[in-house]
Amino acid sequence: MTGAIWNLLLGLAWVTLSGDFSGLNLVVGLVFGYIALLLIEPQVEALKGYPARIPRILGFIGFFIKELLMANLKVGFDILTPPWHMSPGVIAMPLAARTELEITMVANLISLTPGTLSLDVSDDRKVLYIHAMFLDDEEELRRNLKEMEYRALELFR
Amino acid sequence: MIEFVKGTFIIAGALLMLLASLGILRLPDLLTRMHATTKAAALGVILIMLAVAMHYAEVGVSARAFAIIVFILMTAPVAAHVIGRAGYFVGSKLWSGTVKDELRPNYDPLTHELKSGMESIENTQRQPRDTDPD
Repeated sequence: MTGAIWNLLLGLAWVTLSGDFSGLNLVVGLVFGYIALLLIEPQVEALKGYPARIPRILGFIGFFIKELLMANLKVGFDILTPPWHMSPGVIAMPLAARTELEITMVANLISLTPGTLSLDVSDDRKVLYIHAMFLDDEEELRRNLKEMEYRALELFR
Repeated sequence: MIEFVKGTFIIAGALLMLLASLGILRLPDLLTRMHATTKAAALGVILIMLAVAMHYAEVGVSARAFAIIVFILMTAPVAAHVIGRAGYFVGSKLWSGTVKDELRPNYDPLTHELKSGMESIENTQRQPRDTDPD
């Protein structure tokens, strides 16, 4: 968190000093700020782990967009063609997420990928009930969901 | 080049929204309909907003387009979850082709208790956590 604030401050300092108050220049400042933080990370205790987090977040966004597009095509194909290829059902997924925030994030991400919709969390917060549209290959689906959860949790820990 | 990208985004976004509305008409039950409306429509809005940001290429417009994308991403899954959950527990029928339902046996309609099905061994050893509801 301190890392993010320092990065923002460095970006703002860049904008003020270069005197060009445009959005693009702020992005440039943020990139230079990030490089500076990356260089001094070994010396400063408070910055530990911040530089490694940014590529992870970007990688996660890329992964998420890929999932979103692929699954949207699948659902779209099923809506457009007359016979139903889907085999919907409700499955229970054991959660690795523990805190309320983590569970919310994981449930939201699962809801956002087409083909899966999080229905409810069990009262003891151990299992997430998911309505899935394509259950023909349940193992594959569970693996995908687990990978998604693992990648999402990596961002918080 | 950028004209081409913008056009593609807008057409793809509009087609996705058309797909979402077709989905509401065609899909057989509440939960599958929620699938179609939330995701396809959300992706459609995102694509159109990206095209808008590219077209105007101004900080003010791009910032607003970006904010709209973030808010759509935050609200769409919550709305889908709430509507789907309420519909399921009120008792809307699932489609006849539904292959399995692991929730129904764990749910007690009288007490509204939802078990995880993992209690048997772990209940005896389980310690209370800070995050548990009171």
